[in-house]
Formats: sequence, structure tokens, C-alpha cells
Amino acid sequence: MRIPLIYNLRSALQRPVSTGLTALGIGLVVAVFIGMLALANGFRAALARTGSDRNALILRRGADAELSSGIDRATASIIAASPHVAAGPDGRPLASPEVYVLIPLTRRGEDTTAVANVVVRGVGEAAWTVRNNIQLVEGERPRSGRPEVCVGKKMAQRFPHTGVGESLRFGGRDWTVVCQFTAGGSAFESEVWGENEQFMPVFRGEVFQAVSIRLADPAAFEEAKRALEGDQRLTVDVHRESSFYAEQSEVLGRILEILATVITSIMAVGAVFGAVNTMYASVASRAPEIAVLLTLGFHPRSVLLSFLVESALIALIGGVIGILLALPVNGIVTGTTNWASFSEIAFSFRITPGLLLAGLVFAAVMGTLGGFFPAWRAARMPVVQALR
Amino acid sequence: MKFLHLVLANLGRHKRRTFLTTASVALALFLFASLRTVVTTLQAAAQFGSARRLVSTNATGIVFPLPLSYTNKLRAVPGVGAVSWANWFGGKYGDNKRFFAQFAVDPESYLDMYPEISLPEDQKQAFFRERSAAIIGRRLVDIFGWRLGQDVTIQGTIFPGDWTFTIRGIYTPTDAAINDDMLLFRHDYFEERLGRPGVAGWYVLRIDDAEQAAPIAKAIDDQFRNSNAPTKTGTEQAFNASFATMWGNVSLLMGTIGMAVVFAILLVTANAMMMSARERTREVAVLKTIGYSDRILFGLVMLEAALIALTGALVGLGGAKLLYRATNFNAGGFLPGFDVTLGTLSLGAGVALLLMLASGLVPAMQAARLPVVQALRRVE
Repeated sequence: MRIPLIYNLRSALQRPVSTGLTALGIGLVVAVFIGMLALANGFRAALARTGSDRNALILRRGADAELSSGIDRATASIIAASPHVAAGPDGRPLASPEVYVLIPLTRRGEDTTAVANVVVRGVGEAAWTVRNNIQLVEGERPRSGRPEVCVGKKMAQRFPHTGVGESLRFGGRDWTVVCQFTAGGSAFESEVWGENEQFMPVFRGEVFQAVSIRLADPAAFEEAKRALEGDQRLTVDVHRESSFYAEQSEVLGRILEILATVITSIMAVGAVFGAVNTMYASVASRAPEIAVLLTLGFHPRSVLLSFLVESALIALIGGVIGILLALPVNGIVTGTTNWASFSEIAFSFRITPGLLLAGLVFAAVMGTLGGFFPAWRAARMPVVQALR
Repeated sequence: MKFLHLVLANLGRHKRRTFLTTASVALALFLFASLRTVVTTLQAAAQFGSARRLVSTNATGIVFPLPLSYTNKLRAVPGVGAVSWANWFGGKYGDNKRFFAQFAVDPESYLDMYPEISLPEDQKQAFFRERSAAIIGRRLVDIFGWRLGQDVTIQGTIFPGDWTFTIRGIYTPTDAAINDDMLLFRHDYFEERLGRPGVAGWYVLRIDDAEQAAPIAKAIDDQFRNSNAPTKTGTEQAFNASFATMWGNVSLLMGTIGMAVVFAILLVTANAMMMSARERTREVAVLKTIGYSDRILFGLVMLEAALIALTGALVGLGGAKLLYRATNFNAGGFLPGFDVTLGTLSLGAGVALLLMLASGLVPAMQAARLPVVQALRRVE
């Protein structure tokens, strides 16, 4: 017969301080666990959303990032004329030859020696349609032939002189900020956009870095890739945009995940030790009680189960505390350099329901592990001796 | 000291509990030391740099080169003693599982500029003689098993094609903040293969008087202000510091996690120690009855807490120090010179002391204040 759950609940509440401390300890571990994975999650999500399945990104052969690529005008024209490029409503090809450079800017509130390399992207007219989820939230698009730029929403939050109407200085010139845009939380929101023809003479001269195209048929990516890479006039690599940007999150994303795993597992071991100690002490001080339970005819297995449940219960309370502690970080914007592209990227901590569930499971596992040996001891308690 | 035996006997009674408590203290401090070392290593990297070295980069951004023709103009600036230049290469080796930095450098002037990059004289001369020669850091020997005289092919990502270098030297950095996993090859070879574009990624200048760094930097920047490639000149330290700031608020994050870890373990440990003290109420009463003073009982409980905290600290902090030293850890090249500093060790010891007070004080005071009669009556 099972020992009623209310027994465990009352026992746990009998020692509010020690139960509370154990739960809080486990809660902190769960909070760090969720917080760190939310960071890794947010970073990966930002880059994963950057690319679209319907698009292809074309770089110079061998280049592993937009920054290290170079594409001349002739190449860009040949690509735009390809039948694999979708046509816009006006009948023009949806291809955006882009200039991609990094400029040093100082984040808001930091001294001038602190530098972040912000992406400046000179885009073609088609980019606003081709690139994923671009939406203006304020102002009008930069007009052709004018020194005007549009800044990403996250970039605007983190750097000064980025409000609409303000003037941002880079590349030795002043640029008027005419709009701000969002891009579904992707890495584009950390960038400054302007017209490609405006940026060319200022930065690297007559060369683009990449061409982004909307595929006429998204399912026919492989054919488009073969056709363009096989073209004798071109020396390019064709990447599916979604996987290209996702790959750029690989290195840092993995570092963050490994860090989260290592830190939380070490912490978890400490917390399990704590739970073991608490439960041992609890079992020891309740020896007469347990003996009574056994005398009453409860099977040792029920006692074992009961103590496991109690331990898991305390841990689950800890898990809930951890979730409550971690939830406020959701949505907080932070930024770092993505070393794969050498550029500053801002992203938000991203807590998903799955992550919360993982936190709870993690707590329950810690509780069960920590409760096992003490529960085992309780179940095998010699009745006569304990009653005395 | 005569009570040490009693304290040890007490600790030995619940061996498992004592072990688990000590181990969790050790783990907490190990983690604390590791996270804090990430912060101190980044700080050390930001502070590295000779006061007598300046770095000139393109004012438009680090990714834009400067003309090689600036060399002579820079040499002519009053106060500048020597000039060297380098380029980031950014190639891939093999399957690119292990990234490492490659630089094209002007051999003689660069090694003269950085005496911290030390290698045997004959290897140095070999590097100076041969166009396609390269020198590598000691760590690359461990990672890839490269030998002197071996040809190594690297695929350029910025500068396309296969680049083959012959390893003619293996250097050891004398300053921990310098990466020991770089590959340096000759800038003239780089120029030749690219069809002589005449570019340098950045210039490094040695100045005669460290006090004059600011005016010299200003003189240089003023000179190139209206050219096609204006410069941004600052001390080497500022240059390195700007790289460290690119991490954003990573140090803040590490610090927060470190504190959460310490706090979590503190709770758990304090709890375990208080529980073990509570169990011994009867014993404390007996000890008092046979004449132990309140002060001694206070001391006994504190000593017990101290033994656990200090053993944990010794194992955790010492373990971190020895482990990172023995494995020569550098986080895949991201954190060169990763070593637990003395400051971190003493901070960790402070945390252990705090832990001892937090976990020992309440039970110790309870023990000292325990009314004997009442405690003995409570005995079932």
C-alpha cells in the first residue's frame, strides 16, 4: 500500500528552513541552467531567422563569410539574369547585390576605447523584398543617390546617434538616419543598411561582397546551385541562405552550450550532494517515525518510494523557484561579437516552454538522485532498533 | 589543539555527509575560480601591450587595409624608432575543426618589434632567408604534430587558393598574453602571390619615449587625415583592449553566474551543517554537564565548519590551479594565458571564510547558548 502524499508534504513543511534552503539551492541551479541555455538559444535563433529557405546567398568561391567575399559587377549581372532568380511584381529580378563591411562604433554608455564591429550592408532595391521579414517601424526607406541609412531596431537600442533624423558618422562621412527596421529578431536588426551604390566608393570600391537572390522555385535550390557554380564565367559558391547563417552561429552557439552544460553539471553535482545531505539528516531524525510506518505494515518498497517522492517534491519546488528566477531574463537584449563573422550581433535571451520543461525535469532528476540513497536507508531501517 | 581530536571524531561519524559537504564546497570553489579566471584572462589580454608600441589601423575600420607606402612616412615621424606591419590571413587548415590565427608579417622588423616571440637564432635566420617560410607557435606542434621542415597547406578564405608554407621555426611566447598557436608567414610572399596590391592590415610602431605616445599618435593621424586611407593610431594596449570589449558583457555574465554558484552551494552547505549540529543537541548538553564552557563549545562547532570550508577550498582552488596548468587550457585559442591568478585564489579563500562563518555561526551560537536542563529533558 502506498504511503499518502500528504505525509510527505507535512514532513517537508515540518522543517521549513531546511526544506526551503534545499529547494532554493536547487532553484538557483535550475535558474542558471535555464538562463544560460536561453542565451545560447537566443543567439542561435537570431542567426537561424536571418536566412530564408526561399533564398540563396552567392559568395566568391572559397569565401566562408560575407566579409571575406568579393563579387564584381559583371558577375552580379550574370547572376541577376539567371532564370533561377524569381521576378518581382515589376518584372525585375529579385536579386540584391550587396556591399558588406564592418565599422567600429562605440556602444551606448561605454568609453571610446570600447569598440564593436557593426555590419554596414549596402543593398540593392530588391533587398527589402528578398531578405527575410524586413519591416520598417519608423521613417521612410533611404532614397537612391542620397547619403541616407536605415538602422536595425536592436542596433538602434545599443548605439548612439541612431534615431530617425540623427546623423551617424562612419567611413569618413555623415549619414542621415531615415528609418529603423525590424527583421523578426534576426541578425539584420544589428545592422546598418544603405544603398549599395552609395557605400561602394566610400569603402572598397567597385566590388560587391555577396548577392542575395529569391529563388524562382525554392525546391530547385540544387539545380540553381549547379547552374550557377557550373557557369564558366563565374567563380562562386551558392549557399542556401538559411543554412549559411545557421552555420555562422555554430561556433559561438556551441561554446555557449558547452559552457552551460559544464557549469550547470558541476553546480548540479553540488546541489545533489546538498539534497543527499538534507535527506539523510531528515531520514536520521525521523527514524522512529519510519519504524512506526514499517510496524504498521507498510512495505519497505512503499517507504523507499515515499522518500523518493518527498525528495523529488522538494526539488520540484526548487525547479519552480528556478523558473521564476529565470523568467525575467527572457527578452533581455545582449550582444557580443560573433567571431565567425567578426561582427557585433545583438540578440535576446529566449526562454521557450521546452526549456522550462527541461528545467523542471532537471530539478526532478536532481531530487530523485539526491533522495535515492537516503530513501534506501529508510526502507531498510531495522525496526526494533529504531523504535527504541 | 587538544580538541582537534574531538572535532575530527565528530566529522568522522558521518563520513559520507562530511565527504559530500566538503566535495560540494570544493566544486563550488572550483567553478568560482574557473569563471573568475575567464574574467581575469580577458582583463589581462586587454591590458597587455608595451607602452612603447603603437598600433595604426585604418580609421574606417579594422577590416580595411592601409597602403604599404605608409612605411617610409611612418618611419620619418619624429619619435618613431621602428616600424613593422602585418596582415590577417584567415585561412582554413584541413577540416577546420581547430581554428588558429595566421598572419603575414614583415619578418625582420616584426620579430624585432616583438621580442616576446622567442625562437632559436638559426630558425630565425631560416625564416629570414626563405620566401615561403613560416614560423608556428609551440601549441600547434602539439595539436597537429607539425615538424620543422614540413610543408603545410592552408586554404585562404579572404585570399583564395591553396597557400603552402614550409615550417622553419617554432616559437615560444615569453608573455602569456601572446597566443602560442599562431602561424606567421612572410608579408613579401603574401604580396607577391596577390600581385603586389601594396597593403598592410595594420602597422606597429616602436616609439623612443613612452611618454610621447599621445602626441606621436596625433601627429600620425593628422598626417593622413585627408588621404584616401586615414589612420587611427593608439597604444598597443588600447588596440588589444578594443578586442576584449568586443565580447560585450561576457564578464558581467560570468561574474553573475559565479556569484549564483557560490550562493547556491553556500545555502546547501550551511543547511547540511546546521542539520548535523541540530542532531547533536543531546551531546552538547552532556558536554556542558561535564564542564565544557560555552566558549569552548562555540569554538568546537566553528572549528568543524572551518575544517570543512578550508579543506573544500584547498581542493577546489588548488584543483583549478593545477588542472588548468597541467592541461595548458586556452579555450581553443580564445583565452591565451588562462591561469588562475593569486587574486582569484585569495578571493576564493575569502569566499570559503565567508562560508565558514555563514554555516558555522548559527549552530555554534546555538550550542553555546543551549540550556542544559532543557536539552537533556528533550532526550527521548
